[in-house]
Amino acid sequence: MKPINTYVGSPVERVEDLRFLRGQGVYIADFEREGQWHAAFLRSPVAHGIVRRLDVASALAMKGVRAVVTADDIPAPIPKIPFRRPNPTIAPYAQPVIASGKVRYVGEPVAMVLAESAEVAEDALQQIVLDIDALPAVVDRETSLAQKTLLFEGTDSNVAAMFTARFGDVDAAFRTAHYVRREQFRVQRHTALPMETRGLLADWNAQSQRLTMFGAAKLPFFNRRVLAKMMDLDETAVDYVELDVGGGFGARGEFYPEDFLVAHAARAFGHPIKWIEDRREHFTAIAHAREMDADIEIACSEAGDILGLRGTIHVDVGAYVRPNGMTPVRNVVQFLGGPYRIPNIQLEARALVRNKTPAGTYRGPGRFEGCFFCERMLDIAARDLGLDRIEIRRRNLLIADDMPYRLAEVRPDDGFGDTACDSGDYRITLDRCAAEFGWKDKQAIDGKLIDGRYHGVAIGCFIEGGASGPRENARMEARAGGGVDVYVGSSAIGQGIETVMAQIAADALGIPMQRVKVMHGSTSYLHEGFGSYGSRATVMGGSAIVSAAQALLSAFRAIAARRLSVAPEQLGIADGVARAPDGRSMSFGDVGAEEALAADGSFASSKQTYTYGAAAAHVAVDPRTGSVQVVDYVVVDDVGRIINPLTLHGQITGAAVQGFGSVFSEQLIYDADGQLLVGSLADYQIPLATDYPHIRAISLEVYPSPNNPLGAKGAGEGGVIPVGGVVSNAIASALATFGVQPRELPLTPPRLWTLIDQART
Amino acid sequence: MKLPAFDYRSPETIDDAVHILREEAGAAKVIAGGQSLIPLLAFRLAAPSVLVDLAAIPDLNRIDIREDGVRIGAMVRWCDIESHEALAAAQPLLTAAVAHVAHYQIRNRGTIGGSLAHADPAAEMPGIAITCGAELSVVGAGGRRCIPAREFFVGPLMTSLESDEVIEAVHLPAWRTGRKWAFEEFAQRRGDFALAGAALFYDETDGVVRDAHVGVIGAGDVPRRLAEVEAVLNGRRIDTGLIAQAARTAAAAVEPADDIHASAAYRRALVETLVERALLHASQAGHP
Amino acid sequence: MKVEFEVNGRPVEIDVAPRTTLADCLRQQLKLTGTHLGCEHGVCGACTVIMNGAAVRSCLMLAVQARGASLVTVEGLSHGEDLSPLQAAFRRHNALQCGFCTPGMLTTLHALLTREPFASEERIRDVLSGNLCRCTGYIPIVEAALDARSAYQAAAGSDHT
Repeated sequence: MKPINTYVGSPVERVEDLRFLRGQGVYIADFEREGQWHAAFLRSPVAHGIVRRLDVASALAMKGVRAVVTADDIPAPIPKIPFRRPNPTIAPYAQPVIASGKVRYVGEPVAMVLAESAEVAEDALQQIVLDIDALPAVVDRETSLAQKTLLFEGTDSNVAAMFTARFGDVDAAFRTAHYVRREQFRVQRHTALPMETRGLLADWNAQSQRLTMFGAAKLPFFNRRVLAKMMDLDETAVDYVELDVGGGFGARGEFYPEDFLVAHAARAFGHPIKWIEDRREHFTAIAHAREMDADIEIACSEAGDILGLRGTIHVDVGAYVRPNGMTPVRNVVQFLGGPYRIPNIQLEARALVRNKTPAGTYRGPGRFEGCFFCERMLDIAARDLGLDRIEIRRRNLLIADDMPYRLAEVRPDDGFGDTACDSGDYRITLDRCAAEFGWKDKQAIDGKLIDGRYHGVAIGCFIEGGASGPRENARMEARAGGGVDVYVGSSAIGQGIETVMAQIAADALGIPMQRVKVMHGSTSYLHEGFGSYGSRATVMGGSAIVSAAQALLSAFRAIAARRLSVAPEQLGIADGVARAPDGRSMSFGDVGAEEALAADGSFASSKQTYTYGAAAAHVAVDPRTGSVQVVDYVVVDDVGRIINPLTLHGQITGAAVQGFGSVFSEQLIYDADGQLLVGSLADYQIPLATDYPHIRAISLEVYPSPNNPLGAKGAGEGGVIPVGGVVSNAIASALATFGVQPRELPLTPPRLWTLIDQART
Repeated sequence: MKLPAFDYRSPETIDDAVHILREEAGAAKVIAGGQSLIPLLAFRLAAPSVLVDLAAIPDLNRIDIREDGVRIGAMVRWCDIESHEALAAAQPLLTAAVAHVAHYQIRNRGTIGGSLAHADPAAEMPGIAITCGAELSVVGAGGRRCIPAREFFVGPLMTSLESDEVIEAVHLPAWRTGRKWAFEEFAQRRGDFALAGAALFYDETDGVVRDAHVGVIGAGDVPRRLAEVEAVLNGRRIDTGLIAQAARTAAAAVEPADDIHASAAYRRALVETLVERALLHASQAGHP
Repeated sequence: MKVEFEVNGRPVEIDVAPRTTLADCLRQQLKLTGTHLGCEHGVCGACTVIMNGAAVRSCLMLAVQARGASLVTVEGLSHGEDLSPLQAAFRRHNALQCGFCTPGMLTTLHALLTREPFASEERIRDVLSGNLCRCTGYIPIVEAALDARSAYQAAAGSDHT
């Protein structure tokens, strides 16, 4: 029976909206358990040092304080947080769940206060005496590389890891190329900044010896495995339960020190422990991201064929290697070449530890940065070679004949697997974007001074890797009333999976969407799941649901055939009803009421999908203030198959605005002592409603992915990836008369003004 | 970021408020709109023993437009100023500046007295007070006194208020008809504290500038009137050359700081741009 | 300290510590958790509630300062299973993703459009500049607000005195 696609592809309004709009969402801060204690963390005020004295007596004596936990209260050895992917050199750089003797970044947890209320817990923090003998803080790249101060005893280096991406013969290519250009670029440290801070509530049931962790997100199954091991429990004794989540963007959901500490306290003291991160601590406690500098060279033919890319990127991963800390490092070398055909590549990325908050993933990790480096290079090359900026891209973009296109191998192999662009003609989105944007007409104002502002345009291309493997699982159970419960291992972080998965399930089962209920994320639902990251939920979770649906329909057919006493192949199944040739019928609900009708599904793939696209920007720069208006921004992508155009469009638009924040205003600034100078939302400036009103996003379904039954490609991150490169190119184009070349982000008004001022003199 | 513990009092007369402040010997703080104070407490940058709320004191939220100027009670909120029809004509510079204060929700609670007492060097109200030559009427244990704005702001977040004094009202001199004025500020995002701002006005007699008042915010420890710029303008005819000269003088006259948001050089250049744009607007606009 | 006020049409009398913010009072004592805390320092707007018709940041108010006030939280914007015209517009335009900033967006817009049913797009954007969102990029939120205006205009038109 061929499913009739009615929901997939439709702009179905989101199921989850109903409770969010009524204020009935349940986020971790809204969740309570009887008898709970509140946790607050004392965090190191010093970037690097030896703890000489930690005196908690006064805090313990305060009314309402129940306990104080320090490293001394954790049985040795203090657990270290494991990595998500294997790597031969990073082990010494793992983060202990609490600082013990040494602190390595401002914000590192040193003690945990447990009290009857969050207010008292916070009051008690101020009563703890913490004396630290400061060590020299390693803050910048030079100091880190100089190795005079090593962050970790027993290592001989602050370089935690090195990744290389290689292809072809780069030396030969550069030797013989007509054109070679070397440039240095830098992306600033910034952070995902979800509107909801983190939180956890750990509940230990002493009778059943089971631990439940509320407030899971993104990776509940991995985190459960890690926590169980740290606490010497069987995995089945731990549940990670996902509630509503206020945004993740790659930062929330990884295993953090607080995951262990809150759980440990729940078991040690026999009370539920609730912790809600406050915004001030959030700035030093949640993973940072994106700080990289690149020294790269491009080699081209006279006609503009890209012959090679080589260079070195230094990534500041902060004081410890986080579970996903290597993802941006290995990504930047593999994806710097983006959507282009580049026959010779040698790129090396080094992960440097420094005394700052540890860094992890943020939407399009390593990809945003790589695209910025590559697209800036291309515009510079185009100008030097006297080539049209569209033409230099068009001739190098991957086309259908190239597919599958193997990207450069990354070594050491970290289990991510070698990867290949799956399908597409990347010129399609470039051409469509140029047309929608009005590229030809806009050339007339490029670089011109109009009413006191310089106007500039630029266009660039990108790929978005999605559907990270290895697999995802789903389970379906028919209910008595004819509905079907769907459990999937994907996690909700705001992307609307309750709706998107229901669309897929309803179409696959051939029943109305109202009868499908999607439950996600919690480890109690499935034996094994993998979570939401790398734009994988729709593809992996959705494909697992398709698989489960097929299995459920087979099981239904078998049961209905038995009960109707007909051969299975004689039954026609539609709308959740099995009909025998003589007209007798049986529905899901009929079966579900009397016997178990359930099925598991799974989708495994080691092949990523590659959404591809292009974006164009028109900016107007006020040279007197350095202020930039984004007059128009158009992004066109081919996602293979659109499941819900409403939610897809929302993801792309939201991601684009995050990209503008990265380009224009967001930065985490450290001083020479490793003090983070940004500690409030007044200082950390994300885009407002007044900043970027002109964004147009168009999604196409031209080349489905051959790598999954839906034909869909992951599309949650593509919106952010091209913004850095395209917008900074537009600014360079606007200021061409000054010869301003933006090489560093962010381009805040004062920083851009300084570039213009320097170019003038 | 829960607030530290404190007691709360809501006196019904200003003298009672002063009495509590005096009793607490500097450990108490006044709360008006709370839009600046409560974030300070949330960050635990202050730990007062008592918060003294002025909300129950009558007559602190009056706006009186008189011949000699406008008297605005300390508890007048920004939204009251925005919605007061006669005030736009009586004090157009004030009304224009208030539109830039923070955000919609903040303007529904924040007060003019609170902003003046908080004395953020990048805030609009202190800049208006300085530019217009306002006088603050304050009440303390020693009685009532009037402090001219230029003596009120002594440093960033620092005023000449004694710990037992409460601002009662601010008085702005009468606004002459036909006056040219402008308010220009630049912030990266809507509602952010200004990287710099210029508030100015002047009168014209037979096309000649007189009584110029040029004030700058965000470019120093306190908002300042730039006498050097006023000297350039007074007695001359406005033209683009004079405007450029005045703007350059403004840039040279300020001593801004380097901070994480901007360099001193940038702020200087920004002051020049904003003074220039403000003078252009003032001279061209058809203000009544 | 004892304080009395009205929330979503119901009178409330509670005992709070002076330092309890209105936001925490609503969330913890009254169990109205729809009002969210995104920053606790008055920047993000997720805690916005309506006090005597005006949108205010509840994290910047002490509960004791709400004495005698009439408050409306996000829970008070709809009745039973129905969505208000503004909420329905949000859904139609996909004006929310994670939902965390949404209560503050709704209360702010409800307060604005009730007082200014003819507010322009520029005015709406300007007012919304006080509410942070990280998921949507704001464009669908503004579209939803523009779409909902007609319902507020109709309501204003029918209030003839």
